[in-house]
Amino acid sequence: MLDTFFQALVQGTLLGGYYAIIAVGLSLMVGVVRFINLAHGDLAVLGALLTLALIQGAGLPVLAAIMVMLPLMAALGWFMHQTLFERAMRGGFLLPILVTIGLGAALQNGMFGIWGSNTRSLGADIGTLSWAGWSLPGGIIVGQLPVIIFVTAVLVIGALHLVLKKTRLGRAIRATAADPEAAEMCGVDARRAHRAAAAIAVALAALAGVFLAMRGQVTPYSGPAQLIFAFEAVVIGGIGSIWGTLIGGIILGVSQALGGLISNQASLLTGHLVFVAALIWRLGRSWAADHGGWRASVRAALAARGLRRNARRTGDLP
Amino acid sequence: MSHTHVLAAVSRLDKVLIGLGAALAGLLLALPLFGSPLIVDKLTLLMIYIILAVSWNLLAGFAGLVSVGQQAFIGLAGYFVLRLAEAGMAPFPALIAGAVVVLLVAWPLSWFVLRLKAAEFAVAMWVLAEAIRSVIMFDPLVQGETGRSLVTLNAIDADLRRTAIYLMAVASAILVLAVSYRLLRGRLGGESQAIRDDEEAAGSVGVSTMRVKRTIFLISALGCAIAGTLWLASAITYQPRAAFGINWSVFMLFMVLVGGLGSFLGPVLGALLLFALQEAFGDFGAWYLTGIGCVAMLFALYAPRGIIGLITDRLGREPLSMRKELDVRSERRGR
Repeated sequence: MLDTFFQALVQGTLLGGYYAIIAVGLSLMVGVVRFINLAHGDLAVLGALLTLALIQGAGLPVLAAIMVMLPLMAALGWFMHQTLFERAMRGGFLLPILVTIGLGAALQNGMFGIWGSNTRSLGADIGTLSWAGWSLPGGIIVGQLPVIIFVTAVLVIGALHLVLKKTRLGRAIRATAADPEAAEMCGVDARRAHRAAAAIAVALAALAGVFLAMRGQVTPYSGPAQLIFAFEAVVIGGIGSIWGTLIGGIILGVSQALGGLISNQASLLTGHLVFVAALIWRLGRSWAADHGGWRASVRAALAARGLRRNARRTGDLP
Repeated sequence: MSHTHVLAAVSRLDKVLIGLGAALAGLLLALPLFGSPLIVDKLTLLMIYIILAVSWNLLAGFAGLVSVGQQAFIGLAGYFVLRLAEAGMAPFPALIAGAVVVLLVAWPLSWFVLRLKAAEFAVAMWVLAEAIRSVIMFDPLVQGETGRSLVTLNAIDADLRRTAIYLMAVASAILVLAVSYRLLRGRLGGESQAIRDDEEAAGSVGVSTMRVKRTIFLISALGCAIAGTLWLASAITYQPRAAFGINWSVFMLFMVLVGGLGSFLGPVLGALLLFALQEAFGDFGAWYLTGIGCVAMLFALYAPRGIIGLITDRLGREPLSMRKELDVRSERRGR
């Protein structure tokens, strides 16, 4: 019993690595560009299908295919930001949601039109990696692939952290996030910084898509579910925080793995429930912060209720 | 100066449009007498589209609440109908009761989701739709991915069933349009549009923002629920994946955006257009849906006011506008 529990804990943590990779791009876009891309999951699937096409169509080795695909997807991100997202952002908060959900529908069905509805996997192309594992003391077995994905997640997030903190581009991106106009006045090209962030975000989504196809299968319609997982990880970890997405991803992964001990359906549900709980907790916290802390706000709410009741009894107030 | 006289009277064009609408409604109600079964079936679908578009537009166009999770109510309504029918309720009462029961879910939900910020609200609704779907999948009645038929409804004679569902759909569409017209022309319309344009400013002049948003949210949820039960009634089989599909949101978005976000007539035009496109290109399957997505995107970027916006530019005024127009002459007379 305890064995399966620890096993689920380890698997869930490793699964969190995948969620972190897909979530960190979304988090970057939300936190820095203030843009929610609802087609993020579909772009991940596009990355996976493109990689598959390069391997099976053009005969490239797996690693080479990924190396070709990532710059392509980054360029696509840059291009989409330039042509679609910038214009959408000028129209207020509503338009980006509408534009990207339209984009998502177009991508899903376009991919279906090109590649058909078959489930596809990279599992066969990576040989033993798809099933090989290491045994740990205590009878716990970890797959090599999940470990590689988790390590990649940590490396990617660390690299992104360094880029944002240490490089000229990172400074430009952070300055633009804090105050686009002030950044422009200091000679930062805010539009270029946004496009660069979009390019990074799309490339990371595509990388996540490749890992998804290695772990299991993808179909042209897998995107929305991945977007939901990414969004959940971002919210659980704290919106706009890069390392938070790793924590959020791990929490999501662990809660799904623990739910998975009950049944397949329960696994998705526990993930959603943890997300809703995180959202309610954050709402409650900001409500309390507005009222001078938890204790003071609860006391004030109770006092207000008492006052209202008194007033109703004595008929002072309607 | 009395406030009652400041608002402009209903214009002549609007009166003509309302009269035409009433005549069209009468015609639609009489259609089963002479229309072929195929036409009746198609028009039922069109009515469902209209109900969906109007409901989504209430939320997005008038209260500024963009949700990509309204399929939660479509799916839930179907599920409740199935449950009620299973409990022994006759199929047609179950169709109505199922939609109303959705409000019992939407009401507590509204308390929490309406406190979220714009974009968070949109995606949180989507996640909630998924969460509700995974809860429903636990019920053995639904039979997982295979879905379940509304057996008692299927037992009714096909012609009678078709006509009854069609009349319910037309009546629901008229009801949804009439109720939203009444509400939007009244105080709620002004309040909700004030919230859409600037929530803080609306609150500061005494609009109870939470109450208005909740009212609109609940009406919109009920509208989607009605559409959900009608869809189940015409499709007979309930499949959770289709009922909770994101495609519903894409369709609603397309109809409202292309027709005209925040206008009264826009969603109806959008529904007509989607219906026509589906008839013409529906056979292309995925490529048709790709086109729908692209057109929605182009309208959002280049013509965010939709077809109604183009008509408004040509006429100089919006037909059946829900904006509060002031009549300058009567104001002068009032002084």
